[in-house]
Amino acid sequence: MKVLVCVKQTFDTEAKIELKDGKIAEAGINLIINPYDEVAVEGAIQLKEKNVVNEVVVISAGADKAMDAIRTALAMGADRGILIKQDTAADEYARAVALAAVIKEENPELVLAGHVAADDGSSQVPTRIAEILGYPHINVITSLEIADGKVTCSSEADGGTQVTEVSLPAVISSQVSWNEPRYPSMKGIMQAKKKPVSTVDAVAADNKIKIVEYALPAAKQAGIKIEEDPDVAAAKLADWIMNTAKAEIKK
Amino acid sequence: MAGTWVFVEQKDGNIRKVTFEMLAEAKKFGDEVSAVVFGKGVEALAPEFAKYGADKVYVADADVFGEYNTGAYVAQMVAMIAEYKPNAIMFAHTFNGRDFASRLAQKLEAGLATDVIKAEISAGKGLFTRAIYAGKVLAKVEITTDPILATIRAGVFEVVESAGAGAVVKPAVVATAADVYQTIKDFKPTVSARPELTEAPVVVSGGRGCKGPEGIKVVEQLADLLGAALGGSRASIDSGWLGHELQVGQTGKVVNPNLYIACGISGAIQHLAGMSSSKFIACINTDPEAPIFNVSDFGVVGDLFKVIPLTVDELKK
Repeated sequence: MKVLVCVKQTFDTEAKIELKDGKIAEAGINLIINPYDEVAVEGAIQLKEKNVVNEVVVISAGADKAMDAIRTALAMGADRGILIKQDTAADEYARAVALAAVIKEENPELVLAGHVAADDGSSQVPTRIAEILGYPHINVITSLEIADGKVTCSSEADGGTQVTEVSLPAVISSQVSWNEPRYPSMKGIMQAKKKPVSTVDAVAADNKIKIVEYALPAAKQAGIKIEEDPDVAAAKLADWIMNTAKAEIKK
Repeated sequence: MAGTWVFVEQKDGNIRKVTFEMLAEAKKFGDEVSAVVFGKGVEALAPEFAKYGADKVYVADADVFGEYNTGAYVAQMVAMIAEYKPNAIMFAHTFNGRDFASRLAQKLEAGLATDVIKAEISAGKGLFTRAIYAGKVLAKVEITTDPILATIRAGVFEVVESAGAGAVVKPAVVATAADVYQTIKDFKPTVSARPELTEAPVVVSGGRGCKGPEGIKVVEQLADLLGAALGGSRASIDSGWLGHELQVGQTGKVVNPNLYIACGISGAIQHLAGMSSSKFIACINTDPEAPIFNVSDFGVVGDLFKVIPLTVDELKK
């Protein structure tokens, strides 16, 4: 069985973001695999270690530098990579179309991806890919089991957790609590350099949404800071909670 | 054009507050506003939406809609869009809402703005503000594909009562069991007396400074006195003191309550991204240089193990 993992290269979540000429400035920002996708890579590798799948293919749509994200996934243990060269301004629709075209050609039994990207926060692409391919999908999963041509996942749901089963092939999107991604070993990093990575151009697709402008949120101003004996500080904090923030007290 | 539709978020007849927030917001666009509810035995809910200004209530009532499932819901909505031609559809940015809207948008080859915090809808055009990078940047996006689709973050729009006609419309049910491709094997509701993190008016969070489950218990006392949701920073989630579903930040949930109280949280950038839009922010931290003070309206330099129990006593007075 072949599993295909979609990874997106994103800013480090600790990065402070600035705008330059109305665009998000990229200079000096550390780029990482989207943390939700990293969990999907780890999940795929674990399936291979359990002999449930025999090949883990990593794909990424983006700029040339997204190759780094693919190499990181290969160093973790994925077998092969495909970089889809696409303008990073592609929207969720265009990215899903580009990824789905390659997935269709690869014809895997299972497609994994993070349920959301830490940068645009859209949480659309995996579901859009499933629709294009006509596959069932399950989102925000925290566990996964494959048996008898079916995949069964626990997932976060509104107001609780649920267990859902769909037939393979399927698109499954991961929550970060699914697993703890491994750090690539030195041996893994060396091996990754020799693993095959192909590069293809994205199929043409026009964006469906237009970004009109970026703005930084108004900086929050620091307010009162007190450093006093605990009982005095507590009285002042309680007063502020009741009279300024006007929170209700459930006695 | 049949105006703006608000897709009702409900489970077992319990309507999520975000539904009413969306109805009130939709009223501002001046066009006809309709609530659209899918479910089993949901027709009785119709008068609830009229109270918040729904001119019409589209009710698709059938066994196949009993539990949310993407396939049947999308099939039904596609047919209703073709029949009634809404200008725009607003969904809640819940797990189900974003799942539904994403698959629907792709089926229609349309754009979709998710997790929207500001909306302006006119005929054939939607302008939406999204807090991207978990709130570090605001992106304004334009959608002109038909219909205009968006998922709306809970808690950003105010609930305003206004009487609407609430005329019930029963569209033909076209979805069948054959459209269902997900089998729900089990659902376990979260057993918590506390409100949900993204909908709570008050959130009290604990971080590294809690030092362990005992510290979280101290924070819980304050949370429960305020009827608050409990949250945590990455440190307290990674240490296993709190479940992942309670993480506030860029790899967790983004919250915007009226009051956020950060206890023993230093304020790493990825945490600040998840809570800086709260109306009022208070913090308690031993380190006066902690970045959390830079976003706090009221900061206490002190030990949470001493300050919180005393604050609880004061609030009880």
